[in-house]
Amino acid sequence: MESLASAIVELILAVGAMALLMVGVFSGSSAFKTVSLLSIGVLVIAILGAATLPTSTVVTYGGLFVVDGFAAFNKILILLGSALALVMSIDYLRKENLARFEFAILVLLATLGMTMMVSANNLIALYLGIELQSLALYVLAAINRDSSKATEAGLKYFVLGALSSGMLLYGSSLIYGFSGSLEFSDIMAAAAASDDTSFGLLFGLVFLLAGLAFKISAAPFHMWTPDVYEGAPTPVTAFFAGAPKVAAMALLIRVLFDAIPGLMNDWQQIIIFLAMASMAVGAFFALVQTNIKRLMAFSSISHVGFALIGLSSADQAGVGSVLIYLSIYLVMNIGTFALILSMRRKEGMAEDISDLAGLGRTRPAMALYLAVFLFSLAGIPPLAGFFGKFFVLMQAINAGHITLAIFGVIMSVIGAFYYLRIFKIMYFDAPVAEFDVGPSRALNIVSSATAVLVVAYALWPTLLNNAAMAAAGTLF
Amino acid sequence: MEELLLEYLPILIFLGVAIVLAVLFVVGALLVAKQNPDSEKLSPYECGFEPFEDTRGQFDVRFYLVAILFIIFDLEVAFLFPWAVSLGTIGLFGFWSMVVFLGVLTVGFIYEWKKGALEWE
Repeated sequence: MESLASAIVELILAVGAMALLMVGVFSGSSAFKTVSLLSIGVLVIAILGAATLPTSTVVTYGGLFVVDGFAAFNKILILLGSALALVMSIDYLRKENLARFEFAILVLLATLGMTMMVSANNLIALYLGIELQSLALYVLAAINRDSSKATEAGLKYFVLGALSSGMLLYGSSLIYGFSGSLEFSDIMAAAAASDDTSFGLLFGLVFLLAGLAFKISAAPFHMWTPDVYEGAPTPVTAFFAGAPKVAAMALLIRVLFDAIPGLMNDWQQIIIFLAMASMAVGAFFALVQTNIKRLMAFSSISHVGFALIGLSSADQAGVGSVLIYLSIYLVMNIGTFALILSMRRKEGMAEDISDLAGLGRTRPAMALYLAVFLFSLAGIPPLAGFFGKFFVLMQAINAGHITLAIFGVIMSVIGAFYYLRIFKIMYFDAPVAEFDVGPSRALNIVSSATAVLVVAYALWPTLLNNAAMAAAGTLF
Repeated sequence: MEELLLEYLPILIFLGVAIVLAVLFVVGALLVAKQNPDSEKLSPYECGFEPFEDTRGQFDVRFYLVAILFIIFDLEVAFLFPWAVSLGTIGLFGFWSMVVFLGVLTVGFIYEWKKGALEWE
């Protein structure tokens, strides 16, 4: 019974997804609406279930599955991200003739994979979670199968995702071979047993980290991100940029601190390199983008780089700062995508940055919200994004990585340019054709609620910070 | 560790030689050869047919669909054999685990049936 209670979130999602598949296939023409709304309900129930999870560490299912405060925190984040992405997608899918009920079910299954990823305590469980998530995401990327751009995005995502899974498996097999176990705690013990690090174990570790870096789209493993983000339907992009990133990052943290803390000196270099490369790629390549979804792809790459800075200190405060960063990033990102989804004219969606010209005059409220999110993404105080960057950079300084912190600040300044350029286009350029189709009520609610959160974080920062630090504490 | 890496030194040297040679050939061709492109030379096939149509055509996925549905249920049987052989030792928990697994597959089966994936025409 204890093992059932610790997998409550997964059970709700799995049973919910299968039940809704049956509801959808038997309910004819109203299937899309029913299944979408019920799926949001399933995610909400799963959030309530996640709130009941134990905060002390429970390892169950023969050592495959672990529940602790860290897992519970990330599960709630992931479920929130998925639920909000689903809320934002309903109206878009209906207008773009993509109203298939399978969409919501694929989101549920992907979320199930993600919740399994953050609870993985074994390399097999890790792989199972990643594959369940990825297979659903490949289909979601290509759900608009009549568009050549979307199928290209789906195919690219699939091929590169398969490549990264291959690397991950190769690394896992080497780790298994040199440590003699698949379970994280045994790998840790095997690594600690010998005085000098085994070459094979290190080799496996590098491949494992490369596979995981693909999943969080950290440079130099980021090539798929811009194309997939641009080609996939916008609500799918909004989903991709949120929950899966949180899940993959949580998985990376768990592997680093539960399985290979003994190899810290080795993986710290890799993490620092990934962080610097991601920040640089995100900042420089975003400067020349004209498509706002592509811009958000590079923005997400640079944000992953910043989140990785927090891991460079390799202690509880560092992991806590990453969790704070991820929570803030998730909220900002959902809000920004709610506004991108509102960029609609009678003839269809607008995706170019130049389409935003004069938005400050034609749609002042929308421009104001977008300005809030842009400033927050750029990291300008007193908005939430600033504090996220502040905490991770503080960790780098405390750990003595001064060069990394200075590099981060410089990249943040360069990144601020392209966010502020959008601001300039919105407020100082002559208006182009107005967005004459008003956003749906769901989009309005999501964008205003997230904007309020981004602004209000500075007033009660301890609410999130304490929760994140407590969650990080269960790993150590 | 150094000795091990030293054994791979010849490969590294080969890699370096290969890269230098490859760059040399490409750059050499660019510098020395006469470049006089026209539209015929740049077309995919200088001799032969023009492409008849866009390669991104849609084709019937029926066979593929049937094959992939077959694989799912074929694999299911592969899981059932070891389960059936060891049923005595894995007990009630093992029995019900497989029943849940079959239940999940049945849900998928009902879905594909209702969707018409099993209809040939």
